[in-house]
Amino acid sequence: MPSTLVIGGGPAGLAAAWAAVQAGDQVTLLDDNPALGGQIWRGAIPKAYHRFLDPRITVRTGVQIHSATQIPTADRLILATGTRERFLPFPGWTLPHVLGAGGLQAMVKSGLPIAGKRVVITGTGPLLLAVGAYLRKRGAKVVLIAEQAPFARIAQFTRELWREPAKLIQAAQLGWGLRYRADAWPIRADAGSVTIQGHGKIPCDYVACGFGLVANTELPALLGCAIDAGQVVTDSKQRTTIPHIYWAGAGSVDRSILEGQIAGFDLERARPLYPARDRALRFDRRIDQAFRLRSELSSLATPDTIVCRCEDVPFGAVWQQRDWRSAKLQTRCGMGPCQGRICGPALEHLCGWPAGSVRPPIFPTRLENLLDERR
Amino acid sequence: MIAIRINGQSLQVAAGTTVAAAVMTVQPGFRRSVTGEIRGPLCGMGICMECRVTLNGHPHERSCQTLCAPGMEVATDA
Ligand SMILES: Cc1cc2nc3c(=O)[nH]c(=O)nc-3n(C[C@H](O)[C@H](O)[C@H](O)COP(=O)(O)OP(=O)(O)OC[C@H]3O[C@@H](n4cnc5c(N)ncnc54)[C@H](O)[C@@H]3O)c2cc1C
Ligand code: FES
Repeated sequence: MPSTLVIGGGPAGLAAAWAAVQAGDQVTLLDDNPALGGQIWRGAIPKAYHRFLDPRITVRTGVQIHSATQIPTADRLILATGTRERFLPFPGWTLPHVLGAGGLQAMVKSGLPIAGKRVVITGTGPLLLAVGAYLRKRGAKVVLIAEQAPFARIAQFTRELWREPAKLIQAAQLGWGLRYRADAWPIRADAGSVTIQGHGKIPCDYVACGFGLVANTELPALLGCAIDAGQVVTDSKQRTTIPHIYWAGAGSVDRSILEGQIAGFDLERARPLYPARDRALRFDRRIDQAFRLRSELSSLATPDTIVCRCEDVPFGAVWQQRDWRSAKLQTRCGMGPCQGRICGPALEHLCGWPAGSVRPPIFPTRLENLLDERR
Repeated sequence: MIAIRINGQSLQVAAGTTVAAAVMTVQPGFRRSVTGEIRGPLCGMGICMECRVTLNGHPHERSCQTLCAPGMEVATDA
């Protein structure tokens, strides 16, 4: 029986594991979280997708793959490591009441009481609205959702949504009654408050900020898969540029599930899903375009604003460096325990240094070597 | 409910609560940065490392990726 290893147990990884079982493979699924479901489901997998939890899949949660040498052997590897939030440094963003938007949502989902707390949500993207709706449902006072994108761009995007009525209805339901403002972004945070462009200083218990999502491409990069503009390069079957390695997910839930299935299934069952996946991909690209970061956000960080939170490197020490490499060597920026996963995407925006040059975990080994070892 | 201790103080939390969520209910700070700033969780998904605490004597554990377990001893630097 051919074996498939899936890394990442979010919507994409779950769909991929299930599809690979349907294709007759022996499947192992690994995830570093305590529960399956990835960022959006977090252990609470919707009924509609319970079929993905096929008992024939060997599941191991709470395991994190740090380097290629840790990847158990398999005939086929499906990487579904998902996304993380992008953070942009602004004065005060390291204060403990400032969290990621998805970060605060994750905390509440994992037991933090939020009822009665005043929350300002800021940054960009549809996630802000989803987080706002979720926190309100859990009793938070969502004071303001401050979206950086210009009003005109969001209005244009909303008009286009008529072509996707289900999505429009979903957005309207989420946003109903929430104070949502475009052309607004964080200027600074101080203990117990945040100052928002155009809205002044707002007292709050938490600031939840996020500037879009970036794909977790460290593992594919480490295995030698080609990455272009922050995305893993794949063909229509979700194959990366390295034989036997597939990539799925890191898009909207719908797209991630489709990509997972396409990666997991045999060609015959995968092919009919291509048009739906391509449609979902086009929709995701429109979202990216509508919520692209405005240039003003590059000047939020002052010289003494910390950019690398692991090594406490201020922006002033980094910005005159030539590139990532010299920033690392001269300032230790990105050399701490998060390995540049937070400051990398920030500096990509602030300095134009391409991400993906993040230090890969040590001692990469080719998958072929691992496969050879087994023989 | 699960009983844990945070810096010696007893706390009861619901099953399924992560250590990070438990600590946040009692204090904002989790650790000191290399220059001494007080820090707490940022990403909530195991990436930023800002939520590190000492768990049952093991330093630098990511509290957002760990579920509370009966009798757990949590120590923070901030
Ligand atoms: C907080 C948050 C909320 C979101 N909400 C929505 C929403 O409401 N609607 C929507 O359409 N989209 C939402 N998204 C976008 C989201 O990325 C997708 O919807 C979907 O979760 C993507 O699925 P995925 O399986 O590709 O990735 P993920 O759900 O991110 O799953 C990837 C999994 O892989 C694990 N992993 C990563 N690296 C490793 C490693 N090295 N070793 C072991 N395990 C690893 C991760 O811990 C994670 O569990 C949200 C994203 C975030 C971050
Ligand atoms: S909050 Fe980021 S790693 Fe735990």
